[in-house]
Amino acid sequence: MNLSLNLIAMQTIVRKEVVRVLRIWVQTIVPPAITMTLYFIIFGNLIGDRIGTMDGFDYMQYIAPGLIMMSVITNSYGNVVSSFFAAKFGRHVEEMLISPMANASIVIGHVAGGVLRGILVGTLVTVIALFFTDLRVEHPLVTISVLLLSSIVFSLTGFINAVFARKFDDISIIPTFVLTPLTYLGGVFYSISLLPEFWQTLSLANPILYMVNAFRYGILGKADISIAVAYGILIFFSVLLFTVCLALMRRGIGIRE
Amino acid sequence: MTALVIKNLMKTYANGNVALQGVDLVVEAGDFHALLGPNGAGKTTAIGIVTSLVNKSGGDVEVFGHNIDTDLEAAKSCIGLVPQEINLNLWDSVQNIVLNQAGYYGLPRRLAQQRTEKYLQAMRLWDRRKQAARSLSGGMKRRLMIARALVHEPKLLILDEPTAGVDIEIRRSMWDYLREINAAGTTIILTTHNLEEAESLCRHVAIIDEGAIIEDAPMKTVLRKLQREVFVLSLEEPITVAPTLDGFETKLLDSLELEVAKGPAHNLNELFAQLARCNIRVLSLRNKANRLEELFLRLVENKDANPQGTAAP
Repeated sequence: MNLSLNLIAMQTIVRKEVVRVLRIWVQTIVPPAITMTLYFIIFGNLIGDRIGTMDGFDYMQYIAPGLIMMSVITNSYGNVVSSFFAAKFGRHVEEMLISPMANASIVIGHVAGGVLRGILVGTLVTVIALFFTDLRVEHPLVTISVLLLSSIVFSLTGFINAVFARKFDDISIIPTFVLTPLTYLGGVFYSISLLPEFWQTLSLANPILYMVNAFRYGILGKADISIAVAYGILIFFSVLLFTVCLALMRRGIGIRE
Repeated sequence: MTALVIKNLMKTYANGNVALQGVDLVVEAGDFHALLGPNGAGKTTAIGIVTSLVNKSGGDVEVFGHNIDTDLEAAKSCIGLVPQEINLNLWDSVQNIVLNQAGYYGLPRRLAQQRTEKYLQAMRLWDRRKQAARSLSGGMKRRLMIARALVHEPKLLILDEPTAGVDIEIRRSMWDYLREINAAGTTIILTTHNLEEAESLCRHVAIIDEGAIIEDAPMKTVLRKLQREVFVLSLEEPITVAPTLDGFETKLLDSLELEVAKGPAHNLNELFAQLARCNIRVLSLRNKANRLEELFLRLVENKDANPQGTAAP
């Protein structure tokens, strides 16, 4: 494999993705900012004051890491699935497929685009959160690494969704029926210690719970789960999903006849 | 040096449709090679396999000595493709589309920018470089796809019906440009339904039908096989009955137009001499159909009539 060729090719995909995100900023950046502002106003200011504290933090402080992580997850996923499916649908994915760049470069380039959008929106939501509450980052390395790994995992998931999607409806099925329920049940708004034991145990099977809690640990220093287990899950899914993406590209499923 | 070697190439789609049944083709480096065939003959499938957009069911493909099974990256580096269907990112700018393609082939940014300007200028699109591709006309989109295919300066350029929807003036200038880059050493494979285009540009022709090559020879050799040519004559004065001419078949199209078919044993001088004896004066003449078109139709029709044997000229 020609390393310099592939580095330039990956840079090209990332640049193209950044241009796309900025060109359609009204669709990519504004909606999560508005949604998260509403969450902070409604759940933080209006309802949060009546809830009191959770795990020793103001409710607003407690939910802020989860809301930031939620926006990172949905935007990383949404960026890759919409961009790669649009390329398939418009057939300009062929520009990449006929080129000598490796399949891994196509996957990594799109994942990097998803991660960048996730970080961009996550940063914006963090800035909005700071208008409503104080956030101190207790463990910066954990915060950054969990954010990156979570973003990678969901960018890869978005890529797989795009490969299998045949029509635009198919790219909204996973976010609607899988991602949103798992995110809401992943401890964004509550500590699982509030749940009955059965539901606590069941919640531990939700990978998003580990991402949200590991990120909350990075910012607030508190989590419902083991951080080591969270890293194990994030790394396992990153490797597994990347391998699946490469296998799909190699076999040409959904992209080659 | 051969640019492309295809051996026993086969493709059966998942729905059972057999698109290619053992295609063999050799294209020499520097050649301008036409690949002709009716719709659904297998041209685009063959091109798709060579460019790795379609997975083959069997056979071998080598591009400048690089086998696509064992050395795909090197094989792809040699190829530029102008596909039949518009496959541009219509929301992206003209300039970015070409720049991105250069990036996918690993061209450093500065070189990519120089090449982008060079090929957009050549395709008369430089003034529109900031426009989104969706705002271009059909012909402009085709030219943009040619600029995109050329930006990494491939050794083998594959054009799948590149001039569909392009107006006559631009088409002629595109022909000149293709001749120019072919003269500079780029091997070109052209599929087209415009047989005048193929006859004008190509030195070699292969005809594919029902997934198999039924003719593959230099253009001159192929045209020499043409046994019968049909001309339409414009007459100076009207006539009411087609004249009977020795060695020629005649048919009156209207009082001022006469259709004449001639075989290889007779020449046009004899035709004009006989017409003069009948007091028929000719203002002008034209081929009823392009010569290659006539041959193409005959080969395909003969194959349909005699599916087991080789098509006779």
